[in-house]
Amino acid sequence: MAKFRNKGKRQLASFSMSSTSDIIFMLIFFFMVSTTMREGEKLVMVKLPEATETAKLERKDLASYINIGTPVKDKQAEYGTDARIQLNDSFRNVSDIRDFIAVEREAMGEGDRPFMTTVIKADENVRMGIISDVKQELRRCSALKIMYSARTVDKVR
Amino acid sequence: MAKPLPALNTTSTGDIAFLLLIFFLVATTMDVDKGLDRRLPPMPDENQKQQDIKVNRRNIVVVRINAQDRILAGGTPMDVTQVKDKIKEFILNPANSESLPEKEMKEIEGFGQYAVSKGVVSLQNDRGTSYSAYLKVQNEIVKAFNEIRDDFAMSAFGSKYRDLDKDQQKIVREAIPQSISEAEPKDVSKKR
Repeated sequence: MAKFRNKGKRQLASFSMSSTSDIIFMLIFFFMVSTTMREGEKLVMVKLPEATETAKLERKDLASYINIGTPVKDKQAEYGTDARIQLNDSFRNVSDIRDFIAVEREAMGEGDRPFMTTVIKADENVRMGIISDVKQELRRCSALKIMYSARTVDKVR
Repeated sequence: MAKPLPALNTTSTGDIAFLLLIFFLVATTMDVDKGLDRRLPPMPDENQKQQDIKVNRRNIVVVRINAQDRILAGGTPMDVTQVKDKIKEFILNPANSESLPEKEMKEIEGFGQYAVSKGVVSLQNDRGTSYSAYLKVQNEIVKAFNEIRDDFAMSAFGSKYRDLDKDQQKIVREAIPQSISEAEPKDVSKKR
């Protein structure tokens, strides 16, 4: 009879929780390795054009971004609906690109500077005029490696 | 004998780690940047008088996009889907035609002699051209070059360009250089 004496008032054995943190840490490491920090907020609406022959950006840390497109809805009252250039976190003109590139270049190591890539993220509906201006300015400050950002699709419509 | 240490209550470490995890989930993105790689030509020196580099007429094909997004390639108006074949024919010049670009025998390290085409694709656009049309044409031109490279890689090494190792890729790149020139912006519509 002694065998069944404790039945009814036995408590659940408490779990050892010490390994949950290890599991979660594993997840953290996964996310730390596979993701990159979000860059600043978008001030322009950009719907990237489609392309099939895209290449991956090799070194994300050597990229500087130029966003071109219509200002977002709540900025339109102030800046209008014409396509604008966004550098870092503000609207800029073509003439500001020179300083922007200089600052970006300064922030890189000496050896990495030739590999600096300027990623042009432009909306598919912008006219080439503004893009040509940006390209000319980039040529002037000899940031020659550029990338036209695009969405990868199997077939361009 | 030393007393055994009492077990620490580690229930909350999991919560702390969770907090960190959520921070990383919010503050990072996973998307990779993809796009078309291009190299701009360096700016000509202002003090120096611009020298016209003599490029034989047969070695250049002009692809022009006007403000209405219409395409003119090599003198004939065409749809964007036809551009690729036009470029391929131009670069490959299979019949060694007089009107298509000449080829130059070049010694490629690790491969040997190969007739490298001297053709250059010149892409011109108007200020009013839409970016999507421009990129579509760019894409077609890159696709033409990629297909030529794949064909060459297939015949030389027996596999596609992207499956080759670094050295072989370099050979292919040397044999078929991606010579696309993005011309100085000019008003295409004003001409003629």
